[in-house]
Amino acid sequence: MTHLGSESHAGVYRYDDVDRQFVFERVEQFRGQVARRLAGTLSEDEFKPLRLMNGLYHQLHGYMLRIAIPYGVLTSRQMHRLARIARIYDRGYGHFTTRQNLQFNWIKLAEAPDILRELAEVDMHAIQTSGNCVRNVTTDQFAGAAADEVVDPRVYAEIMRQWSTLNPEFSYLPRKFKIAITGSLTDRAAIEVHDVGLRAKRGPDGAVGFEVFVGGGLGRTPFIGKPLRDWLPEADLLAYLDAILRVYNQWGRRDNIYKARIKILVHELGLPALRERVEQEFAQIRGPRYRLDPEIVAAINDHFAAPPFAEAAVSVSGSLDRHPELPAFGHWLETSITAHRQPGYAGVTISLKPIGGIPGDLTADQMDAVADLAARYSFGELRVSHAQNLVLPHVREDALFDLWQALGPIGLATANVGLISDIIACPGLDYCSLANTRSIPLAQQIGARFSGPGEQQNIGDLSIKISGCINACGHHHVGNIGILGVDKHGVETFQITIGGKVGTGAALGAVIGPAVAFDQVATVVENLVAVYLEQRQAGEPFVDTVARIGTRPFSEKVYGIAA
Amino acid sequence: MALLLENGAVVTDPWTVLDDAAGSDGIPEGPVIVSLERWQRDRAVLELRNAPLGIRLKSHQLAGEIAADLDRFGLVVLELPKFRDGRAFSTARLLRERYGFTGEIRATGAMIPDQFLFLVRCGVSSVEVPDNADLAVWRHALTEITIAYQAAATADEPLSLLRRRLSP
Ligand code: HEM
Ligand code: SF4
Repeated sequence: MTHLGSESHAGVYRYDDVDRQFVFERVEQFRGQVARRLAGTLSEDEFKPLRLMNGLYHQLHGYMLRIAIPYGVLTSRQMHRLARIARIYDRGYGHFTTRQNLQFNWIKLAEAPDILRELAEVDMHAIQTSGNCVRNVTTDQFAGAAADEVVDPRVYAEIMRQWSTLNPEFSYLPRKFKIAITGSLTDRAAIEVHDVGLRAKRGPDGAVGFEVFVGGGLGRTPFIGKPLRDWLPEADLLAYLDAILRVYNQWGRRDNIYKARIKILVHELGLPALRERVEQEFAQIRGPRYRLDPEIVAAINDHFAAPPFAEAAVSVSGSLDRHPELPAFGHWLETSITAHRQPGYAGVTISLKPIGGIPGDLTADQMDAVADLAARYSFGELRVSHAQNLVLPHVREDALFDLWQALGPIGLATANVGLISDIIACPGLDYCSLANTRSIPLAQQIGARFSGPGEQQNIGDLSIKISGCINACGHHHVGNIGILGVDKHGVETFQITIGGKVGTGAALGAVIGPAVAFDQVATVVENLVAVYLEQRQAGEPFVDTVARIGTRPFSEKVYGIAA
Repeated sequence: MALLLENGAVVTDPWTVLDDAAGSDGIPEGPVIVSLERWQRDRAVLELRNAPLGIRLKSHQLAGEIAADLDRFGLVVLELPKFRDGRAFSTARLLRERYGFTGEIRATGAMIPDQFLFLVRCGVSSVEVPDNADLAVWRHALTEITIAYQAAATADEPLSLLRRRLSP
């Protein structure tokens, strides 16, 4: 095989002895904490933030472990280890989340330290995947591969991962704190719905700097992030983040958990006043001790060097055999391929949304198989996308057909990425103790309605996002069609919004009318789609039609028929 | 209450906490700790005393409020009303790094051993723990993690990248 890749070229931050010592110390620390809890010397109240900062939640079925996949990057070896953990410690599968992490839902407390040790052996951990601290930094799933990339965001995501890890000052914040970074023209990291969003860009002289957004977030009070600073020099990244976090730590509300996120502080103080506090703090922190040294950036950058792309691939660039005799391959190509910066290569998205399946779930066998495919076709590297799909970032164009053929038998060739059945759904009543409604079964029903051949392709780009309660884990506010589960006197009902979107020019959706019953939701979606198909102009995606004609025609169709 | 130093040693507490309600003539000899309110109210009297003065801040009373008076104090006590209330971490750091305070910074209130190292790294020099606390657990908490990924208020040995080795 010519395109056989070696994992040693995967673009990941490679641990050395210092990093390894750190994660193993952390595992042993947690083992001690669990022992104190089991012995009763640590109360549940005291143990809770400690376990949360190690990714351990208590949920409907017991403990759930959320494993950090820093900025969504994984190697084949790490994926094999996740498969092993799924088999030994869980029920043979795992769940990829919208924050580029992986969750196991059936964990035993006493075994959690052993799982963390298994992770540490492959340079992984579950640090700060929960708790009122700086969470896993997320980024573009095509980082380092996208044709439109200006700055590689992984380098800065890794720097922020390190800086935030066990940060002594910012581990007991008013509430959790999420940072996302993009380095491309197209924002695939949803930076405007994070506590802090960063857009890495280049100045006239080519130097790296950042545009900074603050106070975005969904949940019960959704806000789009506000522009805090247009240009932050690279060297000041950490000092400026320290300043934001320090202002938040001191003045963020601690009296009401629902008002504790930084978005509320931004809202209550107003952006100018917040900016003034941050800038004042920054002016004083700035200095040699907290400057991000260019040598450190360069050293971390080395970890993300491009893999050794094959010279030969350049010549096949653009001459892809689309196998017209196999339309299914053509459909898959249309939805699954993203332009790569390297001629002859493509980024491939693997849908984790088979029709009728559970969005984001992957079995241990699938994990092993996909890890092998990554080793074979993508330099041993995988990504997790915030839409709960997987990505093989660097696949040779002339290997796409082989890859597709290998994905089919393991159930991973669904050609629906970006289409109506590529649904984001939170765990809902099936797993979550806060849920009002089911969420996964709804995704399954809707997907089934649009499973006819070519039907989804005809509809084109359309995102459906479902949350089983106001906490908005499914990002319903920014779905082109958003579905929110509400409890009406013990009956599951669903509020429908349209027109939401993420990425550049993020927007919150508008409610189309009264909430509907579980059995009606799929029909409502069909009606919304019908209005769009009637009204769309050439090349106009669903969300643009909504913006052009407003919600009214949609409401009329939906409630006219229901009445 | 037992008083633990940043190196894990137990010491006896030379300080007396002055009740806010107690009158000015009832101030005992020797080092006393007053609340911020009392300091603001009785400053004239307190300044005339010939013994060390400590000040106690509630978690919402931030470092800036005492910055101008810091040279009057030998001790700043930071209260954690709940261990989840992390404002004291910023207050300690600001006292050390911004305002150059070199006296004792003491944390008191609801803390768990697992916060000890973070407190110390932010500049806290002593913690007040309940009499029944398992001191071995508190001491151990200082040694569990020996590597840090960011600079903070205490000295450390820089390693490569952002990393530093914490001195035990
Ligand atoms: C089943 C267990 C889960 C529980 C109990 C839970 C609980 C919560 C709560 C309470 C919040 C709101 C926090 C706040 O706004 O301060 C939240 C936010 C969030 N959750 Fe979950 N969650 C769960 C699973 C998930 C899963 C599986 C995902 C990913 C698919 C997810 C993604 C998110 C995201 C992205 C947010 C942030 C929304 C925002 O921007 O505010 N959660 N979660
Ligand atoms: S949105 Fe609500 S129901 Fe869904 S996972 Fe989050 S907390 Fe649970």
